[in-house]
Amino acid sequence: MHELGITRSIVDIAERTAREHGGNRVTSVTVEIGALSGVIPDAVEFCFEACSKGTLLDGARLIVESIPGLGRCPDCGREQEIDNHSFACGDCGALGLERLRGEELRVKELEVD
Amino acid sequence: MCIDCGCAERTEQAHHHGHDHDGKTIQVGEDLLAKNDRLAAVNRQRFAGHGLLTLNLVSSPGSGKTTLLETTLRTLRAELRFAVLEGDQQTANDADRIAATGVPVHQINTGAGCHLDAHMVGHGVDHFDLANLDVLLIENVGNLVCPASFDLGEDCKVAVLSITEGEDKPLKYPQMFRAAELVIINKLDLLPHLDFDLETCRDYLRQVNPQARVIELSCKSGEGMETWYNWLREQLAKKK
Ligand SMILES: Nc1nc2c(ncn2[C@@H]2O[C@H](COP(=O)(O)OP(=O)(O)OP(=O)(O)O)[C@@H](O)[C@H]2O)c(=O)[nH]1
Ligand SMILES: [Zn+2]
Ligand SMILES: [Zn+2]
Ligand SMILES: [Zn+2]
Ligand SMILES: [Zn+2]
Repeated sequence: MHELGITRSIVDIAERTAREHGGNRVTSVTVEIGALSGVIPDAVEFCFEACSKGTLLDGARLIVESIPGLGRCPDCGREQEIDNHSFACGDCGALGLERLRGEELRVKELEVD
Repeated sequence: MCIDCGCAERTEQAHHHGHDHDGKTIQVGEDLLAKNDRLAAVNRQRFAGHGLLTLNLVSSPGSGKTTLLETTLRTLRAELRFAVLEGDQQTANDADRIAATGVPVHQINTGAGCHLDAHMVGHGVDHFDLANLDVLLIENVGNLVCPASFDLGEDCKVAVLSITEGEDKPLKYPQMFRAAELVIINKLDLLPHLDFDLETCRDYLRQVNPQARVIELSCKSGEGMETWYNWLREQLAKKK
């Protein structure tokens, strides 16, 4: 459970960015969380209110954009949606799917007043 | 929700009552692990500068990381120069056990934290004379989940899985077993007393991480330990 630390980083990045742009208050923050990142969006949402108390993000809305995992088969080359528990190619059964997308963990944008 | 005008309880249409929020959107695109990754890169460069082999040992609590370290240090300390960073939530028990082998050790208490991060490791290694070391061993907090996400600047992660945990752990915690270059299956001496199926476990590991090297051993009986020592020697030879 390192979502607490992750959520603190969201608040830190958002506060610093808002200040750099002369914002007084962050009204919403959008984060991208990939399905393969190991971070559970619900847990981040759970931590967000506590972490944003007393900061420029107090009362801000957290918007989570989930990014599905995308993998490529090393044998047949087929691209397919994958999650953390997909180990074999859906077509040919080959192991070791290459991960093309889904490991993202990013603050995408902010709305400030 | 609109805090400024206090219309939070009203419907969307209630927002259109003539005042402008003059808010603006700022594009950010900043990685949440960027700070850790930056510090990990600094650590890695520092270790490389000394030709140091650095291993990050990860596992569930009680799989035998400290025992593996104690045995390894007692056997190889005349041959190689080691130091150990011990990550624990509370006690100094593990650090005391390592200290008893005569190898330099530094304890990092993470408190509520369930993993080591690159910042802690960067400060932790200040306690060692890196120029006079061959191998830095980092024992992470016993936890199969988040240590997988934090790069410490190590050469590789070594996952320790003990057979008392059941063979399904690689499937249940794939992130961790995928991140490891070497998987040690420990407590082999208990095999006759359990219904642990070694072949099934190997198969699960192959599914999750076909590239991983797997070494089966027992810290208690010594079986397989020489294979681990040879792996260590090979890794170190690659650094020199
Ligand atoms: N039978 C048997 N017991 C072992 C073996 N290796 C370790 N143990 C025992 O397993 C228990 C836990 O070992 P530790 O080395 O403390 O485990 P750890 O991974 O360092 O634990 P944490 O630091 O709490 O995560 C101890 O009682 C050890 O004696 C082994 O090869 N065989
Ligand atoms: Zn395929
Ligand atoms: Zn230990
Ligand atoms: Zn953690
Ligand atoms: Zn510092």
